[in-house]
Amino acid sequence: MSQGPAKRKPIKSNIFDVVPAPAEIPQNVLQKNFERVRACKGGEGIIEVGIADLFINWCRKNSLWYLYYATACCGIELMQGGASKYDFDRFGAVFRATPRQADMLMTAGTITHKMAERVQRIYAQMPEPKYVIAIGACTITGGPFYKDSYSVVKGVDLILPKVDVYVPGCPPRPEAWIEGIRNLQNLIMKTKNYGLKKA
Amino acid sequence: MKTLSAQEIFEKLKGKFGDGVVSLQTESVNPPFAVVPPGSIQEVCRFLKEDPDLLFDYLVCISGVDHKDKFAVAYHVYSTEHRHRIGVKAMLPHDNPVIPTVDVVWKAAIYLERETYDLMGIVFEGSCDPNRILLPDDWEGHPLRKDYIYPEQYHGIKI
Amino acid sequence: MTEPISKEALRTDEWTINMGPHHPSTHGVLRLELTTDGEIVSKARPSLGYLHRGLEKIGERVAWAQFMPFTDRLDYLAGMNCNCAYAWAVEKLAGIEIPERAEWIRVLVCELNRISSHLVAWGSFCADMGAFTPLLYGIREREWVNDLFEMVCGQRLTYNYARIGGVSHDLPPGFLEKTKEFCDYFEPLIDEYNRLITYNKILVHRLKNIGVISARDAIEWGLSGPNLRGSGFAYDIRRAEPYSVYPKLDFNVVVGHADRGTLGDCFDRYLVRIDEMRESVKIVRQVIDRIPDGPVMAKVPRVFKPPAGECYFRAESPRGETGFYLISDGGTNAYRLKIRTGSYMAMNIFEKISKGVMISDIVALIGSFDIILPETDR
Ligand code: SF4
Repeated sequence: MSQGPAKRKPIKSNIFDVVPAPAEIPQNVLQKNFERVRACKGGEGIIEVGIADLFINWCRKNSLWYLYYATACCGIELMQGGASKYDFDRFGAVFRATPRQADMLMTAGTITHKMAERVQRIYAQMPEPKYVIAIGACTITGGPFYKDSYSVVKGVDLILPKVDVYVPGCPPRPEAWIEGIRNLQNLIMKTKNYGLKKA
Repeated sequence: MKTLSAQEIFEKLKGKFGDGVVSLQTESVNPPFAVVPPGSIQEVCRFLKEDPDLLFDYLVCISGVDHKDKFAVAYHVYSTEHRHRIGVKAMLPHDNPVIPTVDVVWKAAIYLERETYDLMGIVFEGSCDPNRILLPDDWEGHPLRKDYIYPEQYHGIKI
Repeated sequence: MTEPISKEALRTDEWTINMGPHHPSTHGVLRLELTTDGEIVSKARPSLGYLHRGLEKIGERVAWAQFMPFTDRLDYLAGMNCNCAYAWAVEKLAGIEIPERAEWIRVLVCELNRISSHLVAWGSFCADMGAFTPLLYGIREREWVNDLFEMVCGQRLTYNYARIGGVSHDLPPGFLEKTKEFCDYFEPLIDEYNRLITYNKILVHRLKNIGVISARDAIEWGLSGPNLRGSGFAYDIRRAEPYSVYPKLDFNVVVGHADRGTLGDCFDRYLVRIDEMRESVKIVRQVIDRIPDGPVMAKVPRVFKPPAGECYFRAESPRGETGFYLISDGGTNAYRLKIRTGSYMAMNIFEKISKGVMISDIVALIGSFDIILPETDR
């Protein structure tokens, strides 16, 4: 490991035009990086993955399979967004029925206290890396039920360890969801070291 | 088909039960309520359902009402045959709200009574399914009561 | 020689399986506790409340007019119907007369919403049965209705359009023409749906003779709406206890008529919804032709206090009878607000009719009732 980290291409914030197609990444660079990762896996220390990050992130961001998880009104917009007119599939977001195949949890709809433990369990069942988008006022703060309801959880971030993107609205329009997915893709492109924490 | 007015229905009830039926409440109430003592609710309902002139075969709604010093249970019934309707009401004491079930008369009462028990805390004696339905089993209190105080937290999550 | 296997050794046990609350074909967060013997379900007990948001308590804590947005969330597939039902109920309680045009507008939006709600019901039902295309078709048309609603109130799903005393805005210019265009476009499509899937052999075989409910049972257990009419009993509140301008309109009450299997099976309930869309288009056309001009809002004081009293109002929404039992003590809030919904009562009979069906038929049963969870849980 003497040659130091591979030079990272700068990632511009606008995601649409700078993502290189995988063919553009020189094969030997990729190969070298993968080998380095393999070498480091058992040991400790920081894994420097350089340009492979770019490739992995590119793959991840374009196959964000989401869990078909609709609890309330926002779930209908989820359905309409995934269907004919808005078609989330264009962004690689395809719905999955089981959490074990999903990368992304879009909490579409009110979470009640009776439901809270189930959400936690669903989240635990999802494989890493996993992302959460809190959709709608209900899962951000409790929304219209904030003040007067006795059984609504006041925000999904009280029960899940992290929420990546918040999309406000009651319900958000499908355009806003698409914006949310795009923002998540931006975030993913900024991930380093496969998202592993530095030692 | 012969649609009866609330007054006529009440007269029929009065004819059958005499003083068992207390009064007819019509003022600014739609539909009018026949107020009956809680003990005779089953017989009254069975009569309403089976009498050929009344034939109230459709139980529309059961609602519990908290009047602070007493509870009321309101039954709305409808006849698909004669197309008339009436309400039946029973008043219960506040410290011990217990009333016989009517799920032996209309099966529709099962869920309506479970809901009323869950949210209002009125006990339906002899019910075939006397459990909570909407709230978790370990929830404390009955939220639709006027003196209900919102809990601080549930299973460690802030409310 | 092997010993003959004793009956004891072949004994099978019953399993308890949990279906939901997160399950793709329970239409939300319904949970069923299934007791099964192999594929045969011996008991399916619904466990509700995963979306219980306490709407009735909220109704007591907010002002009368402020409860209107919550009625959208009561049945999000048919927000207009719930909006208008609540508005009609409060007007009945307070004795308010609303302008003629507002009544017609309400009927117009209610029927449009009935179409769009049945479209989703149909699409997701077919998706549960393994055919995904109808969902895409259904949503395609639903988007058109959503666009129409966006014109009148600016929202796609939670409309908050009705007001106590009328509706919030008059119809925008060009709306009636667009609606007419939609009717012309949509009516032939219903036949296309029928050609596409309704008489498809697989669908028919999965639905006929499943979950048979006799009309007598349906009334006894409190079913209403298309679920009751599927059993062949013509009971529609728009006809039985007419409200608004429905008596002036010409439409038929659709009932099931044992098209393929037994009367009152899943297929009948499915067909009732398809045919009801046709009737709704008919109503929409009549409203477009006959809607009068005039104001859309009655004079209602800003601080609205209905006189003390009680009233029960019911309206026909796509999922059956939506009833509001309102008690006012003369204050700015409701003293008690009880909501009666069609889906909740449909869950009541579920345990009874799911005895002895296959697990895959459970999905057909849920779909045929077209339940929606905020209605069952409130
Ligand atoms: S944010 Fe609004 S639309 Fe979404 S689930 Fe909550 S109440 Fe329904």
